[in-house]
Amino acid sequence: MVDCKLDFEETELRLGLPGEKSININANYGKRGYSETVDLKLNLSSKKEIGLDKSHDLNENNLDKVKICSNDSVKPPAKAQVVGWPPVRSFRKNIMAVQKSGSNSEEIAVGGSAGAAFVKVSVDGAPYLRKVDLKMYKTYNELSDALGKMFSSFTMSKCDSQGILDFMNESKLMDLLNGSDYVPTYEDKDGDWMLVGDVPWEMFVESCKRLRIMKGTEAIGLG
Amino acid sequence: MCLFQCMMNYFPEEVLDHVFDFLSSHRDRNAVSLVCKSWYSVERFSREKVFIGNCYAVNPERVLARFPRIRSLTLKGKPHFADFNLVPHDWGGHVYPWIEAMAKNGINLEELRLKRMVVSDESLELLAKSFPNFKSLVLVSCEGFTTDGLAAIASNCRYLRELDLQENDVDDRKGQWLSCFPESCTSLVSLNFACLKGEVNMAALERLVARCRNLRSLRLNHAVPLDSLQKILVQAPQLTDLGTGSYVHEPDSETYIKLKNAIQKCTSIRSLSGFLDVHVQCLPAIYPICTNLTSLNLSYAPGIYSNELMKLISHCMKIERLWILDTIGDTGLGVVASTCKELQELRVFPSDLYGVGNAAVTEEGLVAISAGCPKLNSILYFCQQMTNAALITVAKNCPNFIRFRLCTLNPTIPDAVTNLPLDEGFGAIVKSCKGLKRLSVSGLLTDQVFLYIGMYAEHLEMLSIAFAGDSDKGMLYVLNGCKKLKKLEIRDSPFGNVALLADIGKYETMRSLWMSSCEVTYGACKSLAEKMPRLNVEIINEGDQIEASPDARQRVEKMYLYRTLVGPRRDAPDYVWTL
Repeated sequence: MVDCKLDFEETELRLGLPGEKSININANYGKRGYSETVDLKLNLSSKKEIGLDKSHDLNENNLDKVKICSNDSVKPPAKAQVVGWPPVRSFRKNIMAVQKSGSNSEEIAVGGSAGAAFVKVSVDGAPYLRKVDLKMYKTYNELSDALGKMFSSFTMSKCDSQGILDFMNESKLMDLLNGSDYVPTYEDKDGDWMLVGDVPWEMFVESCKRLRIMKGTEAIGLG
Repeated sequence: MCLFQCMMNYFPEEVLDHVFDFLSSHRDRNAVSLVCKSWYSVERFSREKVFIGNCYAVNPERVLARFPRIRSLTLKGKPHFADFNLVPHDWGGHVYPWIEAMAKNGINLEELRLKRMVVSDESLELLAKSFPNFKSLVLVSCEGFTTDGLAAIASNCRYLRELDLQENDVDDRKGQWLSCFPESCTSLVSLNFACLKGEVNMAALERLVARCRNLRSLRLNHAVPLDSLQKILVQAPQLTDLGTGSYVHEPDSETYIKLKNAIQKCTSIRSLSGFLDVHVQCLPAIYPICTNLTSLNLSYAPGIYSNELMKLISHCMKIERLWILDTIGDTGLGVVASTCKELQELRVFPSDLYGVGNAAVTEEGLVAISAGCPKLNSILYFCQQMTNAALITVAKNCPNFIRFRLCTLNPTIPDAVTNLPLDEGFGAIVKSCKGLKRLSVSGLLTDQVFLYIGMYAEHLEMLSIAFAGDSDKGMLYVLNGCKKLKKLEIRDSPFGNVALLADIGKYETMRSLWMSSCEVTYGACKSLAEKMPRLNVEIINEGDQIEASPDARQRVEKMYLYRTLVGPRRDAPDYVWTL
């Protein structure tokens, strides 16, 4: 971050009890920055170096003040948070926590596992399968694009050269993939065949074991 | 003016009364009542709707003494930052004394609207039993009651037209509150129980809807499944406002087909919300009504991704109010910009509060909206990053903002391109938007932004500040410049005693001031309280930071001050000190 020092030093309010000599705090225009507040409130060491003076204990009262929601159904967050930021109503936070935990009920730890997540991909009518690393993508759209490119060389419609041409055209494949003829499905950790797209992307990546792009007629009863 | 007054005095009071009937805005009525004693007198007897922005600014006795014919009361309780857990639960804001006083005085109460108040079951029971003509109950962000209280309302309010529960924290008692509406109840026009967590009896709900032929607004909760929605819509094609419950079903099923048909007949629906649980494959059922929608709230709908959102929105050409999650992305906002030319209010909420996640909107989306939607006047925008250039462009494109609330997920993030503070960007907004009434700032900000705000934001009434500014100068610019300021709330900013005490008379022109994690000290607060008897200066002293005889130089963690006619409140908990 560019170190911009504006001339605010004269008027700069230093944090500290009366009588204390001025402390070396980080160049965040002298005011209490976000990261400092997080540190002070959690008594963690800051990722952004800068030793906050240990005598800088103004806010010792705040050390235990990290509260997220008072609602018991809320899962604790993965990383440190300042109270009340971002400013979202507790009601909304609670709803989102329930929605997330509802879909995450099978998961164990927070935080994605390292490494790749290769899964086999089969498309009905294609002569062979492929493998993709789900961690390479951030959204369903990206995956869909990638699969389209991967399978664009196969003839999947009612034969003929026109059909082949259509398949070179990946947007047509996308329409098919998104349309009613083909249905993307996956096998999850439990061995169940699920419709792609219902759960948040991250959850999908964690639980997907293999992908199968089915012909629509065979997909009835899913989802 | 004198001649006019004389002429007006020739008219019997009945005429004045009739003229005042045309005044619905409480501000107009307040102005009228200041003209002269006779107008004050006529006005006070004719006022039926009373709005009280801070329930502790006045007490029930005084309100009823002045407005004996009151039929509708609106009350707001806790300070706004209570929404973000900055105010302890039992701080106050109880409605019971108000209901009790109105019951005792034989008030013919018909409507009660509460925001951020504590509402006990006891209050609801008293309400239900004391006012035979009671018609409308609207509770927003309230707490303290259970479904038992709702049962009392349902059972006793024979002419109930409106029961509107928005984002309340309600304890579900697994009773059958909805079944308590008697068979004779046919008066409901609006029923919103979307915030309730528990089940309701589906058969009772369906029968209720069937017999309330005037029902216009219905918002269901998560427990109402899609097949019940379908049956309800068949009974109520006249709805203008629908909140779906759980919107999950197999798209190939007969139920879904029936739903599609039922929805198509609901040609009056203008407002749509809910989708508390959603199966995106079922969304196409609503496309036919999208063309008529003026209001759409998908901010509680998990798992509708950008693609689906864009498809949906491309049908919504008449949308005026849109609330969505940031999963829409900048691209999605581009689609909104090119489709929704009638858009007036946009709210983009964060979808990922807990993890690292890909926060999906940036300054690009905001710029696109500002360029495409000429009628935009109100925005709440949670974003990953922002730039001055973008804000300057937005200011140029949209000079009509009344409400502008920007929230960067990292509260002190600088301009994403230049790394400078966002002072210039917000400066451009206040300079351009001459009618701006509400502003929330975020990102890296120095005193400079407050200089701009003080200079240009002449009509600003509410300002929210967090992690901003460098010195007392910042706060002083605002207090000196914003003549119409009513509510100022500040957290985690280096404003202290000099700013607080510079113009203490100013606080009597405002509703309230909140300062938390700032630099004000106990001594300064005490001094302010002593000089201004018509202010309540409250210190929220959680965790006993301040001992019994506190040092004047000790910093105060949370201070809330507000003007009042009735002195310190008597219902404050132990840790709230009114100085």
